[in-house]
Amino acid sequence: MDRLLFLLATGLARGAIFALFALSLVLIWRAARIVNFAQGAMAVVAVYVAFAVTGLTGSYWAGFASAIVAGAAIGFAVERGVMRFAPHDSPLSGVIIAIGLVMVLQSALGILFGATVRPMEVPFDERPIVIAGVPVLSPYDLFVLVVAVAVMAALGVLFTRTSLGLQLRASAFAPEVSRLLGVRVSRMLTIGWMLSAAVAALAALLLVPTELGLSPHSTDVLFVYAFTVAVVGGLDSPPGALLGGLVVGVLMSLVTGYLGATVAPIAVLVLLVVVLLVRPGGIFSARQVRQA
Amino acid sequence: MPSPATPPETEPRLDLSGLTVAFGGLTAIDGVDFHVGAGETVALIGPNGAGKTTVFNAVCGLVRPQAGSIRIDGRPAPASPTKLLGRGVARTLQALGLVGGMTVLEHLLVPLTAARRGAIGAGAGAGADIDARTGTADPVAIALAELEAHDLAAFASTPVGALPYPDRKRVALARALVTRPSLLLLDEPAGGLGADDIARLDATVRRVAGEGCSVLLVEHHVDFVMGLADRIVVLDFGRVIATGTPAEVQADPRVEEAYLGVKAAS
Amino acid sequence: MSPRILPGLTGTPRLLVTAAALTVLAIGGTFLLDPYRNYQLALVAAYFCATAGLTLLIGLSGQLSLGHAALMAAGGYGYALTANALTESGIDGVPRFLVSLVVAVVAAGLLGLLLGLAGARLSGPYLAGVTLALVIALPAITSVFSGVFRGDQGVQIAYDGVPEALRLIIAVEQWQAWVAILVTAIVVTGLAVIRRGRLGLRMRAVHGDETSARLNGVPAGRVKVAAFTASAVSAGAGGAILCFVTQSVSPGAYTLAFSLLLVVAVVVGGLGSIGGAAVGAVVVVLLPWLIGTAIGAFDLPTELEQRLSGNLGVLVFGALLIVVTAVWPGGLAGALRRRRRRENRMLRADQMPPAEPRDSRPAEPAIPASPASHPISTEPER
Repeated sequence: MDRLLFLLATGLARGAIFALFALSLVLIWRAARIVNFAQGAMAVVAVYVAFAVTGLTGSYWAGFASAIVAGAAIGFAVERGVMRFAPHDSPLSGVIIAIGLVMVLQSALGILFGATVRPMEVPFDERPIVIAGVPVLSPYDLFVLVVAVAVMAALGVLFTRTSLGLQLRASAFAPEVSRLLGVRVSRMLTIGWMLSAAVAALAALLLVPTELGLSPHSTDVLFVYAFTVAVVGGLDSPPGALLGGLVVGVLMSLVTGYLGATVAPIAVLVLLVVVLLVRPGGIFSARQVRQA
Repeated sequence: MPSPATPPETEPRLDLSGLTVAFGGLTAIDGVDFHVGAGETVALIGPNGAGKTTVFNAVCGLVRPQAGSIRIDGRPAPASPTKLLGRGVARTLQALGLVGGMTVLEHLLVPLTAARRGAIGAGAGAGADIDARTGTADPVAIALAELEAHDLAAFASTPVGALPYPDRKRVALARALVTRPSLLLLDEPAGGLGADDIARLDATVRRVAGEGCSVLLVEHHVDFVMGLADRIVVLDFGRVIATGTPAEVQADPRVEEAYLGVKAAS
Repeated sequence: MSPRILPGLTGTPRLLVTAAALTVLAIGGTFLLDPYRNYQLALVAAYFCATAGLTLLIGLSGQLSLGHAALMAAGGYGYALTANALTESGIDGVPRFLVSLVVAVVAAGLLGLLLGLAGARLSGPYLAGVTLALVIALPAITSVFSGVFRGDQGVQIAYDGVPEALRLIIAVEQWQAWVAILVTAIVVTGLAVIRRGRLGLRMRAVHGDETSARLNGVPAGRVKVAAFTASAVSAGAGGAILCFVTQSVSPGAYTLAFSLLLVVAVVVGGLGSIGGAAVGAVVVVLLPWLIGTAIGAFDLPTELEQRLSGNLGVLVFGALLIVVTAVWPGGLAGALRRRRRRENRMLRADQMPPAEPRDSRPAEPAIPASPASHPISTEPER
């Protein structure tokens, strides 16, 4: 029972990270109608930047800030420098180009930093606080939850209550009409990519210290988790990403807790296949997806 | 109201009853009632946004109606679009639905090879596997014969993307006709065509109707439709506001009001 | 058009004759190569099985698989486990090879069917995501079920030497190349037949306009699942060949990086082109070897050399993927096709009288004498 509580609590903290990353995928899907398979690779570049900055300055927070900035910069560079050149007639070419980007980014990191896994330090204790003899969340987990909730709330406010958010939504939903109404649609697209990449970078930065460490492939599994979250919650739905994140986070925590960490990738594969077979529109989606 | 041309004991080819389709809060069509009898040519007209294409999409199983029924030859319409061919229904799309890299011949082979062991079409003139018109079961021969009838035989090996727009429309029409349907749904067949091509279209539709095929067409080109249709159904804001012969509909003040926004005289 | 060999032979019979001729040529070619090259040829053949299926999947049905290496692994493990079981029962030689090959192909096909049902029926990147999840889960699968799959060290099989009759004539590498070529020829020819038949037509129709295809009687979901399953079967055959040639199968040989390499191979060769897939397979085997040699040529500090040798190839391939997709989406096959069409147009312009002013339509050759042979736009070369 104690163990269950602990696993549930950890699952919540992990799930918040998955939800955040999935949210970044939903942002791109809504803005550009593609799933950005390069999201993980872009995020890990930002984490390497944070790692380097922290190494130089000795401050975690400097690294934290630089990850977000780096993420936004990468989002800008990728959208303006690469995605813009994708042939528009097929969404497939956008995905293929993203794959090429993954290969380029990960191999470049490998050449510059090597494949050794580098542990990352955080200013919070990663050991769980014990309440009445029961280990619950660690201070780091609490930090993660706070950051994740704050970011999601900020995004919610941005999209529903600000003019920028309205323009972003309008450009994604009806680009031609928005253009006629004076919205700079292509600029909104770029901003969408920057926002999405920054959020993904933040999520990766939160996750990597809890895993073995930083390597060019650290975010591969995170992407698969986030993709699963997006499928479970529905690719189109931010609240779905939140709920899906919690579901996947808790499930994964339970699986790794009772069956061991090695089982995790298998569990997420099984979850993905089962959800797609049974309820392809997403567990929380009201839409009935047409079966061809 | 049943058309006097339809004998009372035959089921209408297509019968829509109380059909309602809504998307979220927007009701696209509301309580639509009409039918198309065997061998009849019916035109569905109305201002933009009246719901004409939604009616087609509902008949084809591409959208699910909230209320009402659709019957084809007396039986409920199939829920899946892939079953339409087997029921003798063929449809053209407003956007044509052609694939630029595929040749003209290949486009016709798609529906022909879909009904491999069954009848090539439940419609007029179709036999088991042997097509009555060409006397063969070879899909390629049947396709070429159909292309011949549309003056497209020379382009059989041409990728559709290389053809000008009027020729592409003819390919789409030929593809719909090659399976000898008994109900033909044409979505804006005259759109974007010049006078010569419209005359050719008119002749083709008359020929096919003459062979017993029922035709339902959605059109904006009112002159074309007035000359061709046996009956007209007028849709406005998702409701049927008038039906009757072309002459009756032309004289109906409600139709004029719907199109021009002019208040009815009485 | 350039003069054709045996113009009277058309359609599927022509395809089979072409395949047989190319196979004989390839087998003959093994006599001209040294043992290492023959080994590389066997590898190319194995990769070709996978790339041929993948190029049809992506090029014709428009679906992306990021986990084709895992499907090859399924074939490899299927082959290895069956071969070992048969060896223990005292069976060896040709029966062992054939039974193991069949199991490999069936295993990969079933896995493909399952994943296809999950990911291929829907429009969207779901198949790509599911296949990605599969290939990332492969090391975990072999490790968790290590009783069967033996974890990271993988499964080894008994050595299958050259049969008695040929032992004095050819070396083992050449024998392995023969087996690889024969299996590949059968698999790829099967794919080519699918491609020019009803399934190939339907795949292209669904990819081009799914709604229109469904209105014309094509069950789009089933077609997409069938396409993926076919590509899984051919990948499984490739994995079985690799296991036969290397006598082992392990998760380290079938990584995400390898899956992505297969995608690069088919994009560079030209999506939808079987000839392009062959070229891509050659590039995937030769280019890393070239890069490795080039790196070795410079006198670099060991650590840098290590980092480069692992990553430079991937960097080059990734960049190649981006550039080819953005600039020449048709790949090599597409470029060749465009050049051929330009040449034909120039040829015909020389031969034809000046066009009549009222005829503004593009002049195209009349339909060929035997319509049943009608070639689909990309001519299969194997």
